[in-house]
Amino acid sequence: MKRFSRVFTVIVFLFLYLPMIVLGVASFNTGTDVATWEGFTLSQYTALFQDGALLPLLRNSVIIAVVASIIATLLGTMAAVGIHKMNRRPKALAMTLTNIPMTNPDIVTGVSLALLFAFTGVILKINSIMGFATLLIAHVTFDLPYVILSVMPKLTQMDPDLQEAALDLGCTPIQAFFKVVIHEIMPGIISGALMAFTMSLDDFVISYFVYGPRFVTLPVEIYNYTKKPLQPKIYALFTLLFLVILLMMVIMNLLQARDQKRQKGAV
Amino acid sequence: MAKELIRLQNVSMNFDGEQVLNSINLTINDSEFLTLLGPSGCGKTTTLRIIGGFQKPTSGDVFFDGERINDVPPYRRRINTVFQKYALFPHLDVYDNIAFGLRVSKLDEDEIDRRVTEMLEIVSLKGFQNRKVTSLSGGQQQRVAIARALVNQPKVLLLDEPLGALDMRLRKDMQNELKRIQQALEITFIYVTHDQEEALAMSDTVVVMDKGCIQQIGTPVDIYNEPKNAFVADFIGESNILDGIMRRDYEVEFFGHRYACLDKGFAPNEPVDVVIRPEDVDIVAPGNGYLSATVTNVIFKGTFYDTFVDVAGFKWLIQTTDAHSIGDQIGISLDPDAIHIMKKSDYSEKFGDYSSYSAEYDEMETASEDEGDEE
Repeated sequence: MKRFSRVFTVIVFLFLYLPMIVLGVASFNTGTDVATWEGFTLSQYTALFQDGALLPLLRNSVIIAVVASIIATLLGTMAAVGIHKMNRRPKALAMTLTNIPMTNPDIVTGVSLALLFAFTGVILKINSIMGFATLLIAHVTFDLPYVILSVMPKLTQMDPDLQEAALDLGCTPIQAFFKVVIHEIMPGIISGALMAFTMSLDDFVISYFVYGPRFVTLPVEIYNYTKKPLQPKIYALFTLLFLVILLMMVIMNLLQARDQKRQKGAV
Repeated sequence: MAKELIRLQNVSMNFDGEQVLNSINLTINDSEFLTLLGPSGCGKTTTLRIIGGFQKPTSGDVFFDGERINDVPPYRRRINTVFQKYALFPHLDVYDNIAFGLRVSKLDEDEIDRRVTEMLEIVSLKGFQNRKVTSLSGGQQQRVAIARALVNQPKVLLLDEPLGALDMRLRKDMQNELKRIQQALEITFIYVTHDQEEALAMSDTVVVMDKGCIQQIGTPVDIYNEPKNAFVADFIGESNILDGIMRRDYEVEFFGHRYACLDKGFAPNEPVDVVIRPEDVDIVAPGNGYLSATVTNVIFKGTFYDTFVDVAGFKWLIQTTDAHSIGDQIGISLDPDAIHIMKKSDYSEKFGDYSSYSAEYDEMETASEDEGDEE
């Protein structure tokens, strides 16, 4: 039985990671055919970094992910603090409203945002409204719930006396937040920010509906690439993207583990 | 000593339609050690939170030094709090925790250092300034919490069951320590507890609360010797509470016997509650006109025996240093000052009968063991 479950686990992980392994191997292949290994090379990677068209796209993606996740983290943290202060019933309602956009299919979110922007464009008489601003608004929108959901449990876990102790010692509510509360919920804020960043960095579906030709992100352009025959340097790009996301996930897990340890120590 | 500092006037508090405080009137004097005592849910913590400014009363007024402070937020009150679970800031070390309030009020660092160092000495935590608060024991965290509050030189210190989480020996030590600090610094302490022994040992004034109402205010001795109703008599120490009839001033009748007592001012033949403390009962040889009783149970408690006796179907608790055996016939003799008369109240007949003692008494035993304060 034990052996069976071990074998089963291996199979599951193979299913999950085999595609990535194939891609990774292909990115180091000298030949262009995925099915035949012709020798090890880094030339795909050098080609990637010499490609004048791809790097600006990567920069765009990073810019949008950084800006959107920062804004979402600020707004989301404030929202979480506000929701936390609500009474039980409005709080439950607010949390449900927070959860719905996350389960909403991306394509629905994308199309509805596109409609909203187009509509706004007509009203404001702006000809081509799609661009950096629309992309940013869309990203902040879908990042927000992730931040709220990771900050919220930290607020709930926090000893409510801590905030009162700060008020008791002369802090205004704002001072109490910055001198005490923020330290308690920081792990939640950081993991929310990282989550928002990864969501933004690799978003394709929603971005596809709200981007404009002046500001294109990497995933959108990659989709355009895949319509043509794939160049091997794209494999290298995908591999790097996967590794970056993997790194973020590892950091997030390490932070969470450290936080749990700290909490155990405090009890 | 007698200068009024805080006054609660007709203070009521409702949470979601539930009345937690019912028109409380209370005056607290400068430099007084006042204890709010009562079972959980009696409104004592709510009263404390209203004084601290963490809750606004639904109706009624709070005065501080003659000024109405209902709408003054906690950070503008010269009141500091020691929280039940200490609420130390985990991201700061001992020194920074204590210095927190002084830094908020932007004192210069030399002054802060002087006062924090002095405070560390007062609470006997010299040498601990750079320790993480999470690495301290409960008693040490408690001291940091007290130092963090006192360093701001408040007029009033609020303490919400501060010793609840400590074991018995540490509790006794901290009780003495708190009393010493209070007397040395001459600060008003308002102390919340459900532990009657703690309340009697530390306070100048005890306020007994139940169901959102103040039942009695008085010195520990008054509260113990002259309880106002059956609730207070039962909550403070052990009591046998009997039905009696006040025949006239200084004479009460119960179980068909008339006794001389020290109470007067009741209507002739008014039904009353009679309180007899277990340690005030003298056991004598049966007969000779004494109340006669049968011993039903004896529990050895170390310095005395808890002796349960049956008096005409009513169970009494007697505390005596003499050993008796179950089944012994005894006589009960009562001096006038052993008898305390109370007016009938809503609490009459709910307390003070040891007929159901096995369950009730055991329950109290376990409760007091949990809190680590056996008699």
